[in-house]
Amino acid sequence: MNDKIKKAARHVNQSEGLIFEKSSPGKRGFELPPLDVPAADAARDLGASYRRDGVENFPEVSEIEVIRHFTRLSTWNYAIDLGMYPLGSCTMKYNPRVNEFVARLAGIATEHPLQPQELSQGCLKILRLLEQCLLEITGMDAITLQPAAGAQGELTGLLLIRAYLEKQGNARKKVLIPDSAHGTNPATAVIAGYQVENIKSESHGQIDVDKLRELVTEEVAALMITNPSTLGIFEQRIPEIAAILHEKGALLYLDGANMNALTGITRPGDLGVDVMHLNLHKTFSTPHGGGGPGAGPVAMKRILEPFRPVPVLVERENGRLALEPVRRDSIGRVKAFSGNFGVLVRALAYILAYGPGIRQATEDAVLNANYIRKNLEGVYDLPYSLPSMHEVVFSDAFQKKNGVNTMDIAKRLIDYGFHPYTTAFPLIVSGALMIEPTESESKEECDLFIDAMRAIAEEAAATPDIVKTAPHTTRIRRLDEVGAARKPILRWDPLRAIATPQQAELDGAAASQAEKCTPVIPTA
Amino acid sequence: MRYLPKSPMERQEMLAAIGASSIDELFSAVPERYRLREALKLPGPYSEAEIIQYFSERAAENSVGYTSFLGAGVYNHLRSVVTDAIIQRGEFLTSYTPYQAEISQGTLQAIFEFQTLMCQLTGQEVANASMWDGSTATTEAVLMAERVTSRRHVLIARSVHPEYRDVLKTYARNSGLELQEIPYRPDGTLDQAALKSAIRDDVAAVVVQSPNFFGSIEPVSELAAAVKGSGALLVVSITEGVSLGLVKPPAEADIVAMEGQSFGLPPSYGGPFVGVIATRDKFVRQMPGRLAGQTSDTEGRRGFVLTLATREQHIRREKATSNICTNQALCALAATVHLTLLGKDGLREMAHQNLSKARFALDELTKIPGVRRTFDAPFFNEFTIELPRSARMINADLLRDKIIGPLPLGSSYPELTKHALVCVTETTTRADMERLSSALRKAIAQPL
Repeated sequence: MNDKIKKAARHVNQSEGLIFEKSSPGKRGFELPPLDVPAADAARDLGASYRRDGVENFPEVSEIEVIRHFTRLSTWNYAIDLGMYPLGSCTMKYNPRVNEFVARLAGIATEHPLQPQELSQGCLKILRLLEQCLLEITGMDAITLQPAAGAQGELTGLLLIRAYLEKQGNARKKVLIPDSAHGTNPATAVIAGYQVENIKSESHGQIDVDKLRELVTEEVAALMITNPSTLGIFEQRIPEIAAILHEKGALLYLDGANMNALTGITRPGDLGVDVMHLNLHKTFSTPHGGGGPGAGPVAMKRILEPFRPVPVLVERENGRLALEPVRRDSIGRVKAFSGNFGVLVRALAYILAYGPGIRQATEDAVLNANYIRKNLEGVYDLPYSLPSMHEVVFSDAFQKKNGVNTMDIAKRLIDYGFHPYTTAFPLIVSGALMIEPTESESKEECDLFIDAMRAIAEEAAATPDIVKTAPHTTRIRRLDEVGAARKPILRWDPLRAIATPQQAELDGAAASQAEKCTPVIPTA
Repeated sequence: MRYLPKSPMERQEMLAAIGASSIDELFSAVPERYRLREALKLPGPYSEAEIIQYFSERAAENSVGYTSFLGAGVYNHLRSVVTDAIIQRGEFLTSYTPYQAEISQGTLQAIFEFQTLMCQLTGQEVANASMWDGSTATTEAVLMAERVTSRRHVLIARSVHPEYRDVLKTYARNSGLELQEIPYRPDGTLDQAALKSAIRDDVAAVVVQSPNFFGSIEPVSELAAAVKGSGALLVVSITEGVSLGLVKPPAEADIVAMEGQSFGLPPSYGGPFVGVIATRDKFVRQMPGRLAGQTSDTEGRRGFVLTLATREQHIRREKATSNICTNQALCALAATVHLTLLGKDGLREMAHQNLSKARFALDELTKIPGVRRTFDAPFFNEFTIELPRSARMINADLLRDKIIGPLPLGSSYPELTKHALVCVTETTTRADMERLSSALRKAIAQPL
């Protein structure tokens, strides 16, 4: 092994087929208590035309096989619990285990959303306290916890703006979006019924305020801004930007994906933001779980409050909490029931653990990003030199001379024991390396990461092929993504599975071939 | 602070390496006048024990000790402890969306298995990696039908979950969709005569739920035949997935939008759950959401990747099929583990227990003078009953016996104020049902 790879070592890695390939009739992994009422006759009670004999090809395996199957699969994943996960914009921080514990308590996990509100006061108090905490953190006046994720929060925010403007007589036509924005922003604006107008960033990567002044007309409903921007740079002129919009009757939407840089330092409400969403699975540490679930609460200024989605959480005169189902001006419901409650529980548990000390988390996140920036500056190209907040964006300009791009570097980072950073985003940086360490990394882990990135830069100069063909140590190599999209195989098919023995043979042959190929990595 | 892995000395060393004299210097980009001068007014810091205490106290203020007969889109089913043990493995819990396939094969293969299970259950050809929940999946299915047909008119059964219809209304209002509700007939299923007269050549989708909100199973094959030829797509919404263990799947539907909460996820006061969209192969490029696909690596070994991403927002931006990014991946994993544990026989047995208990409950309840069954179409584990007076008032009486009674329908269906939706599952014991029966008998017999 390469002696510069300090964090990773070879490890036995179990092979495992699809669960359907292990199935054998008559096995099962779960038993029910015996039926304590007379057995129904399905053919009679449902009618012959509705009755199903069972789900064809459904797996039939035992409990131990289920445990082994999924445990083996789990070992093929990288995770925060294994090490630094520096995906820019994703805020992959530690997910405290106590949050998982409290979300599963009887009386929390067991509650039905339609049960009488008199018997739900505990749930409603949790929602109330989370609302209050998030309002304090954002400096806003009102909030809804209903949206299921950031993108739905964006939609909710834009619908609030639309409803507000409609009430004034004109919903307007356009939403302005900087070219550095997340893809969800333009996709959401279209669902909210708006045309998207992109704004080019100025040479330092900030919003071009003069250009903005020209673009903001009476046709513009809102500007969707991310602050810090996806470059990790704080938009300093945000109060001025807000004033430009407000002068023309338009509103300022903040994509709160990067609140991990601001919490406890400054508040969007104070900066002139009218409405924003929070990604609780980013800033407030609810687990990403391989892609979700999240939650996307939307905080707003008083002017938007009447339009909040129903039901709205209210406090009655007797101090009891209630969900009010009807409000005249509401945009309606965006999701059934009361939001992703279990996610909201975890976010509150996270906030309670810190209290006002949450500022320290922000400080450490920004400290880590700047420490990495300082140590990699000059090794990697830094296209925008304004101060970094919680993340830093480099480009592959130096390495490209040797034919090595950001994706190659990212894949090589895997061999060094790290999850890659975000590649090729934001779109305004050609060959972007977007690095967000979060506050959860120790100095030691940051140093290991810096060493790895420096070693890869050396490799890119001296032996670029090693980088370009990475990763070398994973159980599989780079996958044929073009083939996957051209002839999509999106489910297991028993007819195709007839070829399984051959596939297994192929797998075996390929594996032994891979063994022979490994000396491509310089060994110690 | 226990979550932060740095000593004060390390912080100083790092600041020195950066060349900053204080941490505040790193925030110099934030204009001085907008910086918070005081600490945020937040409760805490709490130790682990205090956090557990806070939430335990809140839990005690909820419905612990009550027996519930609520369903209506959220069901109480048995769950193996194995499911939680698996999804709490850090490798699944604390990993991101599997964009870096080489170190995400665990999540990717599990998604592929989830997609396969959903196809098997629904009788469809392709299913996605998950949506937020059943309500948003149903809405996304309608938006998908709009893209496929380039039409704007939507017919939706009044017997679709009221909150699902509300979500669709919110989305439709701003995207130019016209919604028209189709009434139900006396047996609780869709009024097919009304459907036939409402179908026009500008209809994008016909949306039904089965079993529907009243518990009645819709004749999906007949509906598909009625819709066929009009150019509209038939969207079937399913809130109770366990029904698919015993009830014929909506294979004739063009799009199935399902809530998967019944597959191993707790009620959790309404979420997080897992939405599913399943459809025919030919519509795959109009589907919203992530998809995992099988492929091979440079050495020919089988592996999985996220695929057909040119539909999605991070590539297509304003031209994407949906704005969904974060989905419900961990919930989809829970469903995959749960269904794998149950297996073919377990799911069928669970479904059969639900049907058996619901039949028993119906028989018990309709023995009570003044109680009768509202709709007579076949049902699975939910059915509607008519009471001699307001269901809401009767439920208030049942609470005294520590029973959360069947869901009163009046607030969503003004014509059904005396009607309530009863749900029983395999977790409802015979004794529970007998207790409901006697409490209801007592409540009804009481003079007003």
